[in-house]
Amino acid sequence: MKYFVKKIITLIMTLFLVSVAAFLAFQVIPGDVVTSILGTEAPPEREEQLREELGLNKPPVVRYMRWASGVIKGDFGRSYRYSKNMNEMMPVKELIGDKLPVTLWLAALSLILIVLVSIPLGVLWARSTNRFVDAALNCITQVSMAVPSFFLGVLVTYLFGIVFHLFAPGGYISYHDNFKGFLGYLLFPALSIAIPKIAMTARFLRNSMLTEMKSDYVRTAYSKGCSKRRVMYGHVLRNAMMPVVTFLGMIIAEIVAGSIVVEQVFGLPGIGRLLISSINTRDFPVTEILILYITFVVIFVYFLVDILYRVIDPRISEK
Amino acid sequence: MKKSSIWKNKYLLIGLFMTGLCLLLGILGLFWTPYEPTKISAAERFVGPSLKHLFGTDNFGRDIFSRVMKGLSATIVIGTSVVLFSATMGILLGALTGYFGGIVDEIVMRITDALNGFPSILLALVLISIFGNGKQNVILALGLVFIPSYVRIVRSEFIRLRDADFIKRARLMGVSKVRILFVHILPNIFSVFWVSVMIGFNNAILAESGMSYLGIGVQPPDASLGKMLSDAQGYLQRAPWFALSSGLTIVWLVLGFALLSEGVQRMNNN
Repeated sequence: MKYFVKKIITLIMTLFLVSVAAFLAFQVIPGDVVTSILGTEAPPEREEQLREELGLNKPPVVRYMRWASGVIKGDFGRSYRYSKNMNEMMPVKELIGDKLPVTLWLAALSLILIVLVSIPLGVLWARSTNRFVDAALNCITQVSMAVPSFFLGVLVTYLFGIVFHLFAPGGYISYHDNFKGFLGYLLFPALSIAIPKIAMTARFLRNSMLTEMKSDYVRTAYSKGCSKRRVMYGHVLRNAMMPVVTFLGMIIAEIVAGSIVVEQVFGLPGIGRLLISSINTRDFPVTEILILYITFVVIFVYFLVDILYRVIDPRISEK
Repeated sequence: MKKSSIWKNKYLLIGLFMTGLCLLLGILGLFWTPYEPTKISAAERFVGPSLKHLFGTDNFGRDIFSRVMKGLSATIVIGTSVVLFSATMGILLGALTGYFGGIVDEIVMRITDALNGFPSILLALVLISIFGNGKQNVILALGLVFIPSYVRIVRSEFIRLRDADFIKRARLMGVSKVRILFVHILPNIFSVFWVSVMIGFNNAILAESGMSYLGIGVQPPDASLGKMLSDAQGYLQRAPWFALSSGLTIVWLVLGFALLSEGVQRMNNN
């Protein structure tokens, strides 16, 4: 119990530090926001007014407090670039709102693919005694780890979209219109994120299993008369999965990063695409919130992995 | 290490061949390419791969092979600068924190631990959004992003060696601290360090091409494999060789470095 309290306090501290870092980082950027919104020709009164509106004339500490309390209350500030109508700036919240599900579904689908394929693959690989299978899997996984996700996206588009006509490249279907079609389209970007990670996870699991298979308890299990099947699934896999859980936590962080790139390849209107366009147009309130958001997700995933790790391996809490 | 076992280390050999070929083409590309990489020719748009144009031509009739060579030189220049920068900083920080320990060590380690778990491309994006894009800023951003990975390795090696007998002896003989750090300990960690340098090249190339693909890395007219790929994507149906040649070059290079790092690792283990 004490451990969890300590963990949660650390989590809150980390989130606070990250938010300060994210806020400060965007304060040191050269260039005046007001001039970049209004242009250089604007009258000084209008500039002053906008500065007041955005709260830019306050000291940084006050601005941070305002910004942070806004974020906690769900007010994420306003975009510099997108406008709702002629004289109102688009709230970042609305901008993110309908893009978030796209990214979340993409990440979820990729994770499902990774877990579903890599674990059986890793187990089969560890079990196989065929030298040819071993060499082939080694070669395939080695190569697929070297393919960057954006090129994989292009390959998937070419192969499944243009050669086999399984989906229409660029023909994104909104989840509002047709949820099944949306998932069907998302399957291909998810595949491009998942393939290298499947290779990594399968390799990792295989190595972990091979190490476990050499340990004493396996020999004991065999000598007690356990079948190979029971030893593999009841003993070896359970122990070999432990490092894999931590590894999968890292993979989730990578999936989030990977979706930023892959959304661009497949023209998905997710938050990754918004992040890239906000960086390109120097729309800092949007960039700031998105980076904060993604960072929070990553930190939270690590937090969960830490907790999960203790649950599946009680030995750790004894230390 | 006997000579015969180097020849048996297939990972090392294939890796050396693959990266060596790219390095050669890239360096050659700095001075000479078969065609002018920016020469536009309306008559030769989308010519398929042939002996005349090894990788075919693109939407402006430019020779793709020449452009890939230019892209390779850019990638190699950026990759090398990033690795040089981050590895040097990593050695300095890792050596000081590992050898001396203390509160500075604690702070640096906390920061590197936090950053290490983080997806590198995301950190690079944050830095790029602050610095702005372009070749120098990409080098700076990636250079900073990859420092923690080196600090970790160097630090643990320095901790391992700081109480070794030969270091204790050197200390007794009154060797200065700087000399102990960089003349006595540093050469002993290189075998381990090379592996992370190879992996560092790998990550730098992947991150750079990814950022250039997204349009926030190297900007035109500077050539870049990632940018070429994103240009080529629009012509997938018409000219698949355009996308394939730039994409497969990245894969080839990354795979080469991956095999090289695996090979070096195996060599160390023997």
